[in-house]
Amino acid sequence: MSELYKLSIKEKLKGLTDKTFSSLDLTSSYFERIKEFDSTLNSYITLTKDLALEKAKESDQRYNSNENLPLDGVPIAHKDIFCTKDTLTTCGSKMLNNFVPPYSSTVVEKLDQAGLIMLGKTNMDEFAMGSSNETSFYGGVKNPWNKECVPGGSSGGSAACVAAGLASSATATDTGGSIRQPAALCGLTGIKPTYGRVSRYGMIAFASSLDQGGVLSKSSEDAAYILNYMSGKDSKDSTCLDVEVPNFLNSLEDKLDGTKIGIPKQFLSRNLPNYIEKNMEETKRELEKLGAEFYEVDLPNVELSLPIYYILAPAECSANLSRYDGVKFGYRCENPLNLDDLYLRTREEGFGDEVKRRILIGTYALSAGFYDAYYLKAQKCRKLVANDFKEAFKKVDLIFSPTTPDVAFRSGEKLDDPLEMYLQDIFTIPANLAGLPAISFPSGFHNELPIGMQLISNKLDESKLLNSCHQFQKITDFHKKWPSL
Amino acid sequence: MTISDKELEQIAYLARIGIDKSSFPGLKEKLSDILEMVNELNKIDTDEVSPMSHPLDISQPLRPDQVTEGNQRAALQKHSPLTKAGLFLVPKVIDKED
Repeated sequence: MSELYKLSIKEKLKGLTDKTFSSLDLTSSYFERIKEFDSTLNSYITLTKDLALEKAKESDQRYNSNENLPLDGVPIAHKDIFCTKDTLTTCGSKMLNNFVPPYSSTVVEKLDQAGLIMLGKTNMDEFAMGSSNETSFYGGVKNPWNKECVPGGSSGGSAACVAAGLASSATATDTGGSIRQPAALCGLTGIKPTYGRVSRYGMIAFASSLDQGGVLSKSSEDAAYILNYMSGKDSKDSTCLDVEVPNFLNSLEDKLDGTKIGIPKQFLSRNLPNYIEKNMEETKRELEKLGAEFYEVDLPNVELSLPIYYILAPAECSANLSRYDGVKFGYRCENPLNLDDLYLRTREEGFGDEVKRRILIGTYALSAGFYDAYYLKAQKCRKLVANDFKEAFKKVDLIFSPTTPDVAFRSGEKLDDPLEMYLQDIFTIPANLAGLPAISFPSGFHNELPIGMQLISNKLDESKLLNSCHQFQKITDFHKKWPSL
Repeated sequence: MTISDKELEQIAYLARIGIDKSSFPGLKEKLSDILEMVNELNKIDTDEVSPMSHPLDISQPLRPDQVTEGNQRAALQKHSPLTKAGLFLVPKVIDKED
């Protein structure tokens, strides 16, 4: 039973139903692997072993009495941005080093009700701000494919733990690429659903008009299983869409014949390494074999995405993070002289450098005299990018690009150069601005490091994304590879 | 686009983030680089464009005004750094009159 982690979710559910193994066996096997490998990888901040083993026993009882839940007994990890009642939730920050939420996020509650078993909370860039998982208060995470490299971020812990077989799948969030970029760097399938598909209640806010929860999995099929139970209306989040959630598993086997895929000419003109360009071409050919047709599309304003994002996201973050004031919860500095000193030192000591930089940029963009020139201007440009996609989706069903400009980079390489780090998200940010769903999937390797490609669809068409990736994964085996730890 | 010491001081105070003077030069450089990058947008004509504050074209839904969770003061204050008699404590904000 040493290799249970290699089973897909479908195979795990079959094994549990057939009683080939129990949920206690499965859950324990993950904790054995975590014990063996995570001291090096650092993918988890908190482990919830006692709770998980107890839940696994309950799950086994449900299987014994044929009252099992849809995903009963399958172990999952949650990004430490999702509030978990009575379990430490840090968001990767010293500011929340002692925060034990009195409630759970809707995502965690829904997945709990579907029978999934939480193994623990995963490491992440502080308040989800970063593309390398190096801004975490709890230390960097190593990429399982090459431990000298970063796993990407901000959902770096979630990506590393799934890639290393330390969880079946993991929840994650994506504000500018934080699901898709680590998926690409760790060789996983990661989907950011349509803005509003998944509830943000209890998901610690970074930039509220961009944040969206999703999932990191080994395969598109595994992701479909999880997304089925994460999605849907939530009266606790007024931006969560009241629309029917299709069963994403039902459309996985649809043929891709006649699917129109656009490649933005603006993305082609980027100076990409030749192995990424070559991989794009190979991936395109595989999709053509499956019946897809490729066209060039024009997104004339898409190049503005990075500057738009670095006004809007910091502006929204400066407002959202004003709640961390050392009064009601979280970190408080020692011996404050007065109230101002309490605020100033609590936030100076509680936040890391990248978070402070973004709060300062956001405060600047929103301050009197600059609001129109920065914030309003960026909102107008955001509309232009969204309109570009609207036009493009009149002609094609999907848009194709690399997920990242390169494979995983070395730890420390970009930490001192924020602008260089921000370029990691050049292909992923546009979908966040337009609120569109997008998926990253493994498409090859360079120097034994995974390469990921991205598909973006029109709003609420996650089925098509998961379907296309699943079809691609039926004729390729990149998603079936495991790193040697 | 460069930020002056005075501007950085003002923004930092608005954001209530204490910053050590010694880190001013490095921070100013990084913030100025970011502002230079975002200033690209000034080249774009947006006179006829309406701002997009949100990705969804929907109106805010309403739900029945019902109490779903009762008073949880004790549970919520458990996470506060300092409370007394059900109140959050902060340093004194009103000076004594001499």
